[in-house]
Amino acid sequence: MKEQRPTLVVLEDAPDHPWRLRLFPQPITSIAVGLTWLLLVNSVHPAHLTLAALLGVIVPHFSSPFMPIAPQVRSWWALLSFAPIFLFDLVIANISVAILILRIGYVPRSRWITIPLDARDPFAITTLAAVISLTPGTVSSRLTEDRRFLLVHVLDCNSKELEVEKIKARYEAPIRRIFES
Amino acid sequence: MIELLSEVLVSALILVGAFFTLVGSLGLTRLRDFFARLHGPTKATTLGVGSLLLASLVFIALEGDGLRLHKVLIAIFLFLTAPVSAHLLAKAAICLKVGTGPAGEVPETFDATQSLEIPRDPVSTPPAT
Repeated sequence: MKEQRPTLVVLEDAPDHPWRLRLFPQPITSIAVGLTWLLLVNSVHPAHLTLAALLGVIVPHFSSPFMPIAPQVRSWWALLSFAPIFLFDLVIANISVAILILRIGYVPRSRWITIPLDARDPFAITTLAAVISLTPGTVSSRLTEDRRFLLVHVLDCNSKELEVEKIKARYEAPIRRIFES
Repeated sequence: MIELLSEVLVSALILVGAFFTLVGSLGLTRLRDFFARLHGPTKATTLGVGSLLLASLVFIALEGDGLRLHKVLIAIFLFLTAPVSAHLLAKAAICLKVGTGPAGEVPETFDATQSLEIPRDPVSTPPAT
């Protein structure tokens, strides 16, 4: 199993910056926790900033045993450029599924499609599955045990091949650029 | 003038949100099989709740109460949890062999019995198409 996931960084054997990793076992989790706190209190008062920083330092130490693999974003630029594509597709897909539902008497041609995954990083696969599910018209339904194939239910599908092609090119490739180098 | 424009904007956002939420629920009754019905909730949470939250954000900002960014958190948590629940529902339905409607049988690679045993030697089998 191990050699299939070369991009994982397991905490124990992360070699560089040992003190930094000891203080911040999962830097992205720290940032996320801090930001969540600031959003929750809806203020950037110095007191709240201090509390957010403290929480960001403390919480990952308790949460990391449950999530032994640290999320790693390799390219923030890829993440930023993927967001508008995703939001655009979200709106388009919403409208097309709405039209589909409102067409009285139309029976959608539902299909199962199987997506062979190139992504190996578990966060990349999770993000891909979430993006597929959030886009109306497709729901990711199952992953094989070896994480190589993803089963997707498509509400209205003309061509399985085209759909697979589209998901791989439009979602999987950018997501791989975010999480895998 | 600006007041009128902002009111139009907020009402439009609310109407769009309500429309997509309604269509999402309509989908639940209109679509025939379990897996097709799963598509309804995912659409309601994305654009429906999204534009309702945006409307609330714009409304409060224009009222002069500053930005209330809690709503961003609501959206983030919804976007994180909705796909997980949809995936679990679908997985459970596959294991229970719920009727799949026009989509036909679940491909063999994803058969319900597969998850019951942990494979000793995970060799990927090409999917049956």
